[in-house]
Amino acid sequence: MTEGTVTLACRNVWKIYGPDPSALLAGGSVPDAAAIAASGHVCAVGGVDIEVRAGEIFVIMGLSGSGKSTLIRCLSRLVEPTAGEILFDGQDLLRASPRELIEIRRHRMGMVFQHFALLPHLTVLQNVAFPLQVQGMARPAREDRAREVIALVGLEGREGHYPRELSGGQQQRVGIARSLAAEPDLWFLDEPFSALDPLIRREMQDEFLRVQRLLQKTIVFITHDFDEAIRLADRIAIMKDGVLVQVATPEELVLRPADEYVAAFTAHVARAKVVTLGAIMTEGAPPGDTAGRLPASARIEDMAARIEASALPHAVIDDADRVIGHVGRQAVIDVLVNRGRG
Amino acid sequence: MTLAAPDHATASPAGPQRPGAQRWLWPVALLLTLALGWAAPLLEALPGLGWLIRVPSALVIDMQAAVRGFMDWLVNRAHFGLFTFRELTRGIAWLVDQPYQAARFVLVEGWVEGRGARAVTHFPPLSWIAITAIVTTMGWHAGGWRLAAFVGGCFLYLAVFGQWASAMVTLASIVIAVPFGVGLGLLLGVAAYLSPRFDRALRPVLDLMQTVPIFAYLVPILFLFGFGPVAALVATVIYAMPPMVRVTTLALHSVPEEIREFAAMVGCTRNQRIWRVLVPAAKPDLMVGVNQVIMLSLNMVIIASMIGAGGLGFDVLNALRRLNIGAGIEAGLAIVALAVALDRLSQAYARRSARPPTASGMSWLARNRWAPALVAVAVLSGLLGLIWPPAQSFPAEWQITTRDFWASLVRTINVNYFDQLEAFKNALLLNVMIPLRRFLLALPWVWVLALVTLAGWRLGGARLAGLCAALVMFIAMAGLWEPAMITLYLCGLSVVIAALIGIPLGVLAASGHRAGRVIGGFIDTLQTLPSFVYLIPVVMLFRVGDFAAMIAVVLYALAPAVRYTAHGLRSVPSELIEAGTVSGCTRWQMLWRIRLPMAVPEILLGINQTIMLALSMLVITALVGTRDLGQEVYIALTRADVGQGIIAGLGVAAIAIIADRLIAAGAARTRARLGLTGRGGS
Repeated sequence: MTEGTVTLACRNVWKIYGPDPSALLAGGSVPDAAAIAASGHVCAVGGVDIEVRAGEIFVIMGLSGSGKSTLIRCLSRLVEPTAGEILFDGQDLLRASPRELIEIRRHRMGMVFQHFALLPHLTVLQNVAFPLQVQGMARPAREDRAREVIALVGLEGREGHYPRELSGGQQQRVGIARSLAAEPDLWFLDEPFSALDPLIRREMQDEFLRVQRLLQKTIVFITHDFDEAIRLADRIAIMKDGVLVQVATPEELVLRPADEYVAAFTAHVARAKVVTLGAIMTEGAPPGDTAGRLPASARIEDMAARIEASALPHAVIDDADRVIGHVGRQAVIDVLVNRGRG
Repeated sequence: MTLAAPDHATASPAGPQRPGAQRWLWPVALLLTLALGWAAPLLEALPGLGWLIRVPSALVIDMQAAVRGFMDWLVNRAHFGLFTFRELTRGIAWLVDQPYQAARFVLVEGWVEGRGARAVTHFPPLSWIAITAIVTTMGWHAGGWRLAAFVGGCFLYLAVFGQWASAMVTLASIVIAVPFGVGLGLLLGVAAYLSPRFDRALRPVLDLMQTVPIFAYLVPILFLFGFGPVAALVATVIYAMPPMVRVTTLALHSVPEEIREFAAMVGCTRNQRIWRVLVPAAKPDLMVGVNQVIMLSLNMVIIASMIGAGGLGFDVLNALRRLNIGAGIEAGLAIVALAVALDRLSQAYARRSARPPTASGMSWLARNRWAPALVAVAVLSGLLGLIWPPAQSFPAEWQITTRDFWASLVRTINVNYFDQLEAFKNALLLNVMIPLRRFLLALPWVWVLALVTLAGWRLGGARLAGLCAALVMFIAMAGLWEPAMITLYLCGLSVVIAALIGIPLGVLAASGHRAGRVIGGFIDTLQTLPSFVYLIPVVMLFRVGDFAAMIAVVLYALAPAVRYTAHGLRSVPSELIEAGTVSGCTRWQMLWRIRLPMAVPEILLGINQTIMLALSMLVITALVGTRDLGQEVYIALTRADVGQGIIAGLGVAAIAIIADRLIAAGAARTRARLGLTGRGGS
């Protein structure tokens, strides 16, 4: 992943529930978990720092109660954080006036909800056009735009249907289309596929990746499903008890989990899906003949058949086409059967 | 919820775990009460103890004078600088009168100039054909052909049996009162949703509006808004609006959190959020409120006929006064027809709003091709009426009257069964009612105060105890002790009888038998009838007095006991039933050990509703000569005495609020003990 500009940054964000949350944070001291619990408060988000770069899919992964839902609601200011800063393109969202916030949400943010949050009294077309209607856009213009995004998510022909006439997957397509209608820069997805059946979920993930390749939005994606996280993410933040445990690419998480908790998640992941050739190659020029050249950023899963089929090793090249190492049959098989450190 | 429930239910039945002293509290209190009621006359004779038994006159404050004084100030002297309060209310009355006159113009009178023989009709009202066609089409639109036939049949009944004119007067009031009630209720409900502080301030006001009997505020309304139909309309709106406020607030709060977040995330302003997102999303729930407003309006319009609104209620009252049995029953049946038609129609619209139409993308006219046809029917029948009058108003010579039939039926019953009816009445009067009444009247007031406060403390803690004590003291200090005890006796006895009949009926209705379903449907219909209707058969069979009043109250208040019991039994989680089946429960064991205990909170709420309905019906039964608070209110109405009416009305409200809070607290406790989550309260 190339280092881009930071679109959304949150610095030392806290959300504490209880009788007098701000008193706990007064004086700049950082309370520990025991002190918070002892005073009758609950810490949903504790001192989180995150930087989301332009155009990346940033996944926040955690089990239920880990604070991930509260965090995304702090980022969108649906929930007022107790303390901290949230910078969206350099502007502190927490200082935005209600009027400014409405403008920011109308034009620069979109959100997809776990249970779709479609308006039952509106048709698909009207639902998707709703954010534009709220902005005061004239009916023909907003309906044209709505038809475009409905086509983008593959729901042409269903414009006149009501939400309850659609399947869960179709309803979430409507939710996705609606969140994209106003062409936001920043796209929040709050467990968008959790309420769907496993087969549909996978189809929707593919669909989501297809749409993202076209649109290149900056995305904050919440999930409790680690497989979903590594499938979709450029980077993953793992949360536990309101605190960030590790922020890393899927490959780093698998290869170098920060602690036991993260390791427990990664233990059952098929490494070949995550680890790249660059991580298992032997550095330096190949000793003899090679069967071909492969990029270091390619995932083992995609290259395994080719490498395994050849008796000769393959040269590994970097982005600038320079040979930086080589990889042979044995290294790939080690990964596939989960042998050694991986 | 379902997992926790069985554990709690079996592991902590409240009895054995209570300390001994508490277990004996209520039996001992009951014994003491019985003893005191028996010994009170003896105690009263002892010197220096009289004040403990009868409310001492030093304690009674003349609150009526205070209310009269306030009302006098309000009507005659209060002003806002530019105009007086009375001018304001009269202005409102004028505003309300305009749409009302328009409705009468369309439904009842048409545009008539001049009076009597010289009257010239410039424009006729909608013909009976047109109105029947309109409601039939609405029935078809909302619920298909069966509903259309039903509603059309009900209106045809009104025409054929000669009740058309009165029914249209009643309908005109409803057509105006309902939009006002729904609109105001919606606005207040939204305001309460937006501001928790306003919500807290509004709740007690709504409680009072729902529990103070209608007759009590009729008098001040007459003073402020003038005599006539507008005052009746204002009273109707006040009476019918509170459920809409509550339903609105509740419905808006129960819109899913995500929908609210969605509204914020697309950048809705506050108004957009309320009117474009929350209210439409809550529409199916709101329609339930609309149905309630319609039914309560009808109930009130019938009662308000007595203060000059005319219509079906007036016909019934008139017939009752002249003991014209046939005419009374006929007009009563017309009320039933109108009530059932309006109820089915509005319920069908409520259900319809829960499932949006599938045909979309067409223009309004294309979707509603019946609309122009309807206009054509209205115009054509009007035009035809100009040359052929029967098309305009249903001709008298076609009308059928059932008066004689009903009169002779009632006469037959009275002739043939007079002895049985009389024996039944006397047995109950002599053995139950009169002793109970004497007993309650003899109870020392201090003991009643202590008992009610104790119940409040046990069920809901110090705050509830304080509220109960304050309300009982209010009744004592207002000098209403005796009528209040009579109210308690009539209401209490009626509620016990209603529960004894209603709970088994509810069990039967929930059993899924054919008979059960029939009972359920019958009870549903019974509940839609305006309270006034219940007086008719009762007066005819039992004449006037406490007994007749009690029967009417039982009939009116029966429905919630049945409905809530059936609902409570049906909503026992199916896992529990399966668990019982697997453990080899017989049907009786299933009912007694699993279903009924789990349904207790719901049954308690049903009893609560029964009490509320009984209290509101008691005021109506004042018309047939009881001696309770209702009679006080009614006398105040006939004398136009604001003070007496309001204070007696507040006395009824005090009893209602005590009962409501105690039962709600009891239901909440049971609910918590059973591990059921969900709403407590009324």
